Amino acid sequence: MIEVKNLYKSFDGKEVLRDISTTFYNGKVNQIIGQSGSGKTVLMKCIIGLYKADRGEVLYDDRDLVDMSDKEVKLLHQEVGMLFQGSALFDSQSVLENVMFPLEMFTNKTKKEIEERATFCLSRVNIDPVAFHLAPSEISGGMQKRVAIARAIALNPKYLFCDEPNSGLDPVTSIVIDKLIAEITQEYNITTIVNTHDMNSIMETGDNIVLIKKGVKAWQGSRSEIFHSDNEALNDFVFASQLFKDVRNSQNQ
Amino acid sequence: MLVEFIKTVGRYAQLMRRTFSKPDSWKMFWRMMPREMVKLGVDTIGIIVIVSLFIGVIMTMQTVMNTENPLLPRYSTGLVLRDTLLLEFSSSIMSLLLAGKVGSNIASEIGSMRITEQIDALEVMGVNSANYLILPKIVGLVLFMPVLVILSSFLGLAGGMGVAYFTDMITIDDFVYGIQYAFIPFYLTQAVIKSLFFGFIISSVSAYYGYFAYGGALDVGRASTNAVVNSSILILLSNIVLTQILLN
Repeated sequence: MIEVKNLYKSFDGKEVLRDISTTFYNGKVNQIIGQSGSGKTVLMKCIIGLYKADRGEVLYDDRDLVDMSDKEVKLLHQEVGMLFQGSALFDSQSVLENVMFPLEMFTNKTKKEIEERATFCLSRVNIDPVAFHLAPSEISGGMQKRVAIARAIALNPKYLFCDEPNSGLDPVTSIVIDKLIAEITQEYNITTIVNTHDMNSIMETGDNIVLIKKGVKAWQGSRSEIFHSDNEALNDFVFASQLFKDVRNSQNQ
Repeated sequence: MLVEFIKTVGRYAQLMRRTFSKPDSWKMFWRMMPREMVKLGVDTIGIIVIVSLFIGVIMTMQTVMNTENPLLPRYSTGLVLRDTLLLEFSSSIMSLLLAGKVGSNIASEIGSMRITEQIDALEVMGVNSANYLILPKIVGLVLFMPVLVILSSFLGLAGGMGVAYFTDMITIDDFVYGIQYAFIPFYLTQAVIKSLFFGFIISSVSAYYGYFAYGGALDVGRASTNAVVNSSILILLSNIVLTQILLN
């Protein structure tokens, strides 16, 4: 479980996050949603520790990230997996080497054991063995995301972060990625935080949803509560699309 | 501007502190370092061969044609070429050339990794990205620089020898006598010592500009340009200091 308490972050005097407090549960897909520029990526990076929060607490199962030394943050990061918006696979390494990388870096396993674990992770995300020795640039965007998920789970993380996992993907591939993230979250009982503004994702997998608007937490709830909430910020975000307005109207009738 | 300069020096020092810390995995360091040595050093041999040979040829021809004073001994051409190569060309000028080729390579590679979030990915995994990415490059290039300097000096002299062999501008005997005349072995040591410093400047300054690149492809290009310009300036400035120290 990750708890965020009274988090503030500003850049060059401009406040980007203001008094954010929320909880992300393990075994659930926790989503941070909001419009572009609302501060969700900054919030995620503050939670991970890529940005240092100005004030507040980020508690990883009661361990406060903000108070940790660099060494402690490094150790904590070995419990964290992350899927980046652009996948962030290492160009100079093959698909298999990308997944082997964290294992080679942080375990004393033999090369054979490392290869077996990497192969298992890649199979878990349905990557064909034919692609194992290709470069990241030689595989599709959807496959790159799946390889990035395989790399993120290689060390059996306790916490999984996904920054806009559907960006640049077609709707079918997006659903595959969403389902994969949800399955892995439940299978390994991970605390997963997904940063998204994709309504399909939100409605398909959002167990615990936090809406950020202009750097402030505007709403928190589950996907089943979305259509029945009278929160103005949430309605502005969700019902920006005519399709969802129609769904709500038909439900109300 | 002064504040900006101090900030840059501070950030560079912090980056170097992180770079020169204990690697997260020695196994990965020993795997990366020879690769970097090949990429930054061995792959540069081609350009070093071409430039050094031609410089040797041109300098020999120029020296012969511009020193027709009968008071100057005929062996002076070999002497001038040898000392110029050892004292300046093979260490300093060759390093400026390397700043262009290797420096832009390092800055663009690390800069691209920065803007595609690969460096963030390393940090999130708990890897010291500065140490993992930069240390093998610095060690690889610094260790290979003496090889490049010695090779460059040798090839420059070979270029001059080629002029003596294929033309009648100077005899081989005069040229070889000039090369051997009043040879001070420390000149070679000095060239190697200088090259170690220049190798460090090229790799660390270029890595700095790549590591702190942000934005898009245009910014990676800008980081590469800054890396080449600033490492070249630093090579020239440190050359003055090193020459003063080593030759005194």
